[in-house]
Amino acid sequence: MTTTSASERNIKSFLRTIRIPPVYYFLIVIFLVGGLLDLFMAGGQIFGNPKILVNILVRSVALGIVAVGQTFVIIGASIDLSVVYVISLTAVMSSYIMQGDPKNVPLAILMVVLMGAVVGLVNGLIITKLKVNSFITTLGTSLVLSGIINSTFSNWAGSVPRSYEFFGYATIGPIPISVFVLFLVVLTGSFILSRTKFGSALYGVGGNEEVARLSGLRTDRVLIIAHIFCSITAVLSGLFIVSRLRAGAPWVGPDGYYDLESIATTVVGGTLLAGGKGGVWGTLAGVLIFSILDTTFNQLGVNPYLTIVLRGLIIVLAVASYTIRSKQEAA
Amino acid sequence: MTTSTSVEKNTFTSTLKKIWDLIKQVPPVYPVFFLLFIVVSFLSPTYSSMTGIMAFLRRTAPLGILAIGQMVVLATGGYDLSIGSIVTLVCLVSSLLLADDPANTYPTIGLMLALGAGIGLTNGILVSFLKIPSFIATLGMLLIVRGAALYWVGGAPKGYFTDNFRMWGRGYLENVPIVGRFPIGMIILFVVGIISWFAFHRTNFGKQILAVGDNMRAAKLSGVKVKLIRTSAFVISAVFAVIGGVMIGGYGGVNVVIGQGLEMSAIAGCVIGGVLLGGGKGNVLSVIFGAYTLEILFSMLNLLGLPKPYKDTFQGLIIIAAVAYVALSRRRRR
Repeated sequence: MTTTSASERNIKSFLRTIRIPPVYYFLIVIFLVGGLLDLFMAGGQIFGNPKILVNILVRSVALGIVAVGQTFVIIGASIDLSVVYVISLTAVMSSYIMQGDPKNVPLAILMVVLMGAVVGLVNGLIITKLKVNSFITTLGTSLVLSGIINSTFSNWAGSVPRSYEFFGYATIGPIPISVFVLFLVVLTGSFILSRTKFGSALYGVGGNEEVARLSGLRTDRVLIIAHIFCSITAVLSGLFIVSRLRAGAPWVGPDGYYDLESIATTVVGGTLLAGGKGGVWGTLAGVLIFSILDTTFNQLGVNPYLTIVLRGLIIVLAVASYTIRSKQEAA
Repeated sequence: MTTSTSVEKNTFTSTLKKIWDLIKQVPPVYPVFFLLFIVVSFLSPTYSSMTGIMAFLRRTAPLGILAIGQMVVLATGGYDLSIGSIVTLVCLVSSLLLADDPANTYPTIGLMLALGAGIGLTNGILVSFLKIPSFIATLGMLLIVRGAALYWVGGAPKGYFTDNFRMWGRGYLENVPIVGRFPIGMIILFVVGIISWFAFHRTNFGKQILAVGDNMRAAKLSGVKVKLIRTSAFVISAVFAVIGGVMIGGYGGVNVVIGQGLEMSAIAGCVIGGVLLGGGKGNVLSVIFGAYTLEILFSMLNLLGLPKPYKDTFQGLIIIAAVAYVALSRRRRR
């Protein structure tokens, strides 16, 4: 008797401590609806075929990794539109440096990570020291990067060695390595946000910068680190994409709409666009929702243009479901 | 003797200081634009001829209109990311509805304006009644409108524009005194600009827009109908996007990506024209010149023989510089 009530209490407190973001209910509903539609109208691959489930996860990797970084800057009440071109630059730079030779892989990775850190640092410095709005700053840096990429490369550049393709294609049992990488990034993000001083400082800066500064936080430094982290996640996404495609091209970033999609998935995942509230687990659910939608539309053979409309609708509806009860006016 | 000279000196320096203060009040966008224009007319004689200037005005008129619409939304403290998609919608769907029959032109334009007003109204409702941040609401609308436009026409442009449709973006008034030929697009920009200037700077409506952008809570408490003001800002921006879209289609013809990225160019034009993101500040004339500055910059880079990618780089640098200048000069004043 006492043991059951104790375990019940344990479960309840456990549920309270992990605090499942409400977006997960949305994720389950989308998965069930998508699966049922597929079952009745297109052969039921989503529920029946584990390969499709794995494919949903693999589809989420590139967007998921960069969305974790985007979640960091959005929690800090900033935004990063430059991730698309960081992804493109990573893809072309790494494949150009590698040139199909396994010996060049460490150098390539070192160079692109450095590049990402510099872009993040520049974004952070312009936003905090020159007081330029983050939207404009990162719009500006993404234009600068796009100019640099497109004036240097115009087509597929170099190639990755076979051994490097393991990032995109190798599996442990049935699960691809890239999916583990995604979960590792999400776990790291969640650990940083909930267990480190930097994490709580970031929530403070995003919630109210003035209060954070007055209570002794180095708000500028916190934001700069968040931006560097975001750019490095974009680099990691780029490294994954180049390993899937086996070579880099300047258009891989813009073609994936990683800037607006990473922002949309973060906000669908329950992070406040105004900053100060949210987390990476919600973002992961947001990314999974997008992948499930894509897979379902694919299965049902929905017109590709109609899927764009439905994506837009889902973003608006999901975010409306959080904001509609809010008393404050939206920005 | 000595006293009189010192007094003279004082009045002289004080008048100098007054003039300097007046100069300082001129938004930097005007000197920057004219400087770039002078550089460009040295680089290419076309730009110092009337025909060249008129061609420049014809090309830039649509972006000026888009920027005014965007400014109204920015001034309320929001963003409108959907305007590029609206331009795509206007171009693709009109080319289908015109069906090569000039008689269809005005009904089509009317329908587009109504459609634009509907999109703007939806944006406004999403933001002010469902409380969705405008960035996300109009981002969703960007996808919805682009997808719907492509779905409507089946993914590729259908048909051509009729001549009386193209006229609005492409045509000239002939035999105008002094200038020779005057672009029709410029007349539209003139009319739209004057109406907007009057509404924005001389009516309560304009003051309320700025009040909402400056401090939404204070505006609400002092009796401004915040929801109505914000919704009408989105309607204005969407309708202006339709007007700009008709002109862009007329000037450039139909293609699937015609409107892509225009929302960012319009925002860039606004920012160069001194609009603050976050709301509370805006000036119609400066914003038009902001759009001109962006375009003259592109012309200059073209004339210098730089390939297209460098345009992006310079556009990026100039918008960061413009905002940094405003932000730093405000901080110094405090």
